[in-house]
Amino acid sequence: MSKSMKYAAAVLGGCLPAASAFAAWELNMPLGVTDLSREIHGLHMLIFWICVLIAIVVFGMMIYSIVKFRHSKGAVPANFDHSTKAEIIWTIIPIAILVGMAVPAAGTLIKIEDMRDSELTVKITGYQWKWHYDYLDKNVSFFSTLSEDSNRARQKGSGIDPNTIPNYLLDVDNRMVVPVDTKVRVLLTAGDVIHAWWVPALGMKRDAIPGIVNEMWFRADEPGVYRGQCAELCGYDHGFMPIVVEVVTKEEFEEWLKSKQADGAEIATAANSTDSSDATMIVAQAE
Amino acid sequence: MSTAHTHAHAADHEAHDHHGPEKGWRRWLFATNHKDIGTMYLLFSLLMFFIGGAMALVIRAELFQPGLQLVDPGFFNTMTTVHALIMVFGAVMPATVGLANWMIPIQIGAPDMALPRMNNFSFWLLCAAFTLLLLSLFVAGGGPASGWTLYPPLVLQTGNALPLAIFAIHLAGASSIMGAINIIVTIMNMRAPGMSLLKMPVFVWTWLITAYLLIAVMPVFAGAVTMLLTDRFFGTTFFEAAGGGDPVMYQHIFWFFGHPEVYIMILPAFGIVSEIIPTFSRKPLFGYDAMVYATAAIAFLSFIVWAHHMFTVGMPLAGQLFFMLATMLIAVPTGVKVFNWTATMFKGSISFEPPMLFAIAFLFLFTIGGFSGLMLGVAPADFQYHDTYFVVAHFHYVLVPGAVFAIMAGVYYWLPKWTGHMYNMKLAKVHFWLSVIFVNLLFFPQHFLGLAGMPRRIPDYSTQFADWNMVSSIGAFGFGLSQLLFVYIIFATIRSGAKATDKVWDTAKPHGLEWTLSSPPPYHSFEVAPEVK
Ligand SMILES: [Cu+2]
Repeated sequence: MSKSMKYAAAVLGGCLPAASAFAAWELNMPLGVTDLSREIHGLHMLIFWICVLIAIVVFGMMIYSIVKFRHSKGAVPANFDHSTKAEIIWTIIPIAILVGMAVPAAGTLIKIEDMRDSELTVKITGYQWKWHYDYLDKNVSFFSTLSEDSNRARQKGSGIDPNTIPNYLLDVDNRMVVPVDTKVRVLLTAGDVIHAWWVPALGMKRDAIPGIVNEMWFRADEPGVYRGQCAELCGYDHGFMPIVVEVVTKEEFEEWLKSKQADGAEIATAANSTDSSDATMIVAQAE
Repeated sequence: MSTAHTHAHAADHEAHDHHGPEKGWRRWLFATNHKDIGTMYLLFSLLMFFIGGAMALVIRAELFQPGLQLVDPGFFNTMTTVHALIMVFGAVMPATVGLANWMIPIQIGAPDMALPRMNNFSFWLLCAAFTLLLLSLFVAGGGPASGWTLYPPLVLQTGNALPLAIFAIHLAGASSIMGAINIIVTIMNMRAPGMSLLKMPVFVWTWLITAYLLIAVMPVFAGAVTMLLTDRFFGTTFFEAAGGGDPVMYQHIFWFFGHPEVYIMILPAFGIVSEIIPTFSRKPLFGYDAMVYATAAIAFLSFIVWAHHMFTVGMPLAGQLFFMLATMLIAVPTGVKVFNWTATMFKGSISFEPPMLFAIAFLFLFTIGGFSGLMLGVAPADFQYHDTYFVVAHFHYVLVPGAVFAIMAGVYYWLPKWTGHMYNMKLAKVHFWLSVIFVNLLFFPQHFLGLAGMPRRIPDYSTQFADWNMVSSIGAFGFGLSQLLFVYIIFATIRSGAKATDKVWDTAKPHGLEWTLSSPPPYHSFEVAPEVK
């Protein structure tokens, strides 16, 4: 599948509620939508093929020995028990291969840790069992929890077939929305236990730890909807705190921000006039 | 014969007039004989293998298809947690200790272990530990459910199971440390004349190094869980940010123990395989010295790579680079081992008895686990793999067709020596083929699941993961049921079977001391130390 088709599939997957963007019987890491994730994918494939090459040589030797030197075929054992030359060779060659792998890996690592020049900062806080998104200096913040239909279907003995739920367990009520081609810095922390924020298509995973603020960044270059999950065991409903990131054009993002800010103002006024029971929501909005 | 053997306690004299095991339950409860204790360790491990295995089947049954059908998420988390604790501390480690008890005195030409009463104490402490751990499943608040890594703050939400589990870990740790001391003292002091360190069988070598690892890291783990205990019950805040503590510090301490722990489980497996491959290749082990040095190098490196388990906690760049490079370095001595085993088979004359079949499967499948380990060591890629089923696939490849297959190979290799009976070769080969097919069906698809994005430790999953999960669950039940055959073969061999010769395998290396003894060996293995040339 070509790159552009993958993007198209991802975008379509976000638009058509019933269609799944994911193929069943998936074998490999899907290609992401950020430079870094594609670089990581490249590293992954590089190590994979190196391992395959080593496997061909090593397993080849094992299979050759097993087939060729069988007692039942009357093989007569040799009696050598070491060869300094061979041992030096198979110490040096792996070291050379490892250096060849370490150099590009270190390069990518350095890029991953370069947090400079971000254009948007979102503080993400993990709670048992939801995410809170806070667009710093934008006056927009909200909780994001598992969508209602997934939540109903996932109850034990619900009788609802998960296959009838679009994006079962990977859908939320409020998506994180970010603009395309923008370096988004993510600040990660947690309110109770350790969680981990992970969207495979964005290439990165980092722990959200109470009392610590972690950093990571991504720059998505293709609009679409990208899904992920909490990746650190965080208790009873660890499996049910998905992440959905919607990448939109910069204009759409500005509009989204404005509507969210208006919502926030509305809710704040509502809170002043009525005694809303939705206390957590209001506190979050007022932050 | 009896005059050579003096006892400190006069009260013992009547039972020891005649040298041989005591009768009835006293033989086992008061066991001081290395073979009896070894047998108990092995049977204990077998029992735990099935209890932990049953828990794995609960996990795989729930994951058979998407949706929650059988258990609630809390119990699911308890199953993943206790399955791991039991398999690590109750199945794999005691199995290798059992093999050490049986084989080390025999392989170094000693009459018994150096500290037989402590040996007895370590075994029964282990039983106490696992009684407590299993009891913790039934207390208020449910069993431990925070993963076997017991990360705070989550672990501090555990109910009454927490102190039980922590005390169980203390007892199991004390048991391991005593076992390790016993093994070191035995190897250092009781080798037959002429057996210099570099003439010891490789299994003895790997266990010597493992014992040092145990002594180095079990107290660290005990310290970490004790800090959890005081954080939970005595108002300390070692790991609580609000009180000035640091939850990440726990992870550093845990993995400083946890990474060497991996080698505690796999080094004895290396030793077993290094005994078996030469025997059935009818050729000496290739590069004995290199094998010993590689084992020592792996043990050393195991102390400086721990943070590769925690690349995602937000370490400084320099830290990530260091732990990535150190981790990759482990591939070098591990590679040397794999190459040397291959070179041992090369130009040999190979036959395929059950121990050799398991050893060859170990060679292939452990290497696959090594490859995925190398991939996980590359920090940027780990940001994708971390905490997914790719990791689950990796460590199960290392531990099941790795450590467990090596243990099974060891059992099939030495069982005729222990019991004096030959087992049913055909059945053992059936057991092998069932195990090797199902273990791959079970764990190989988990690589795909992880790469496709399925996190580990979740009781339910998105429908895109359904297909491979179903395959994996089928493999799990196949593998689990196949092990009943293993139990049948073992007990059938204990009860009856053709008489095994002293040499058991006509190919056994002539200088392996275990093959110079009768099958089964006499009560005090070597009453007169053999001369080793
Ligand atoms: Cu979480």
